[in-house]
Amino acid sequence: MAPPPRSGDAIFANVDRVNAELFTLTYGAIVRQLLTDLEEVDEVNKQLDQMGYNIGIRLIDEFLAKSNISTCVDFKETAEVIAKVGFKMFLGVTASVSNWDPEGTTCSIILEDNPLVDFVELPDTCQGLYYCNILSGVVRGALEMVSMKTEITWVRDMLRGDDAFELRLKLLKQVPEEYPYKDDE
Amino acid sequence: MIGVGKTKQYANVLDRPISKGKQEVSLSAFAFLFSELVQYNQTQVDNIAELERRLEDAGYAVGARVLELLCHREKGNRRETRLLGILSFVHSTVWKVLFGKVADSLEKGTEHEDEYMISEKELLVNRFISVPKDMGTFNCGAFVAGIVRGVLDGAGFPAVVTAHFVPVDGQQRPRTTILIKFAEEVL
Repeated sequence: MAPPPRSGDAIFANVDRVNAELFTLTYGAIVRQLLTDLEEVDEVNKQLDQMGYNIGIRLIDEFLAKSNISTCVDFKETAEVIAKVGFKMFLGVTASVSNWDPEGTTCSIILEDNPLVDFVELPDTCQGLYYCNILSGVVRGALEMVSMKTEITWVRDMLRGDDAFELRLKLLKQVPEEYPYKDDE
Repeated sequence: MIGVGKTKQYANVLDRPISKGKQEVSLSAFAFLFSELVQYNQTQVDNIAELERRLEDAGYAVGARVLELLCHREKGNRRETRLLGILSFVHSTVWKVLFGKVADSLEKGTEHEDEYMISEKELLVNRFISVPKDMGTFNCGAFVAGIVRGVLDGAGFPAVVTAHFVPVDGQQRPRTTILIKFAEEVL
């Protein structure tokens, strides 16, 4: 029998951890390098999303291995797992899920704590920047590895004066699992 | 935001209370992020020296901020003005906050008066990195060297800081030594 799923708190308590400020400041250094190299804020958003995607496709392995979570029955469960287990086990913060559409394919993940933005203030020249765009890339990449194509957008951002961070998740399609090879080969 | 209440909003980053710095994230979150930093910079350069320089620059930005943060939080807005003071600040305070432990050793170079070394058996940023043979002496510790240079420079002790692998007898992995060579005017 498969072992029972573990809570985000239990996993977080048992993994090696580092000081969040090192993480925050390193991320800040990355954003600053991108702004210097790419100059255009839109390009920086794109690059951050790409970096997040690269992380997501690798991070999902560790997530599945440590959480004992098997297939989710529906997108609702998936979203709950991302918010309650995923965010907790990697970033040590708790997120919540809300604003479901009637079809159950679109929802919001809301973050009140976000270790990426400590010490950050967006200057006037960077108003179009989605500072935490790496996070949406991570979620998108990780979900793609479990056969879910999603579109993720930022709806609220505390750096832009909102009262929380809100990620809008939209399930575009569920790709049926297939083996990359044929049986008779 | 760390240390910010749910209802209270601060328009200005300077109005926020300074965090105690006890918050943590998982080591893998940092490792993933750091690996993206290295990979991105690899796409921007065509030689190892340039790659190390870019990682060092990223580290410098971190170091400059760490100095400011720690001087406020740990030292009541005072900063070190003596050479040994600032070195032990880096070796103890900075290391403890960033890496959770004091650095393994701090030594004075035997051949040159202006050289100091901080050594670490297993540097955090090198833990998950294996350098391919064709990349020669490349060391991700350049990022930490940058942090050290950022702290020293901000405190008024300009130096050239580099990271090197030093093989250890009986150990599979080499230790990392951060070599600090102070500018002439410091001594």
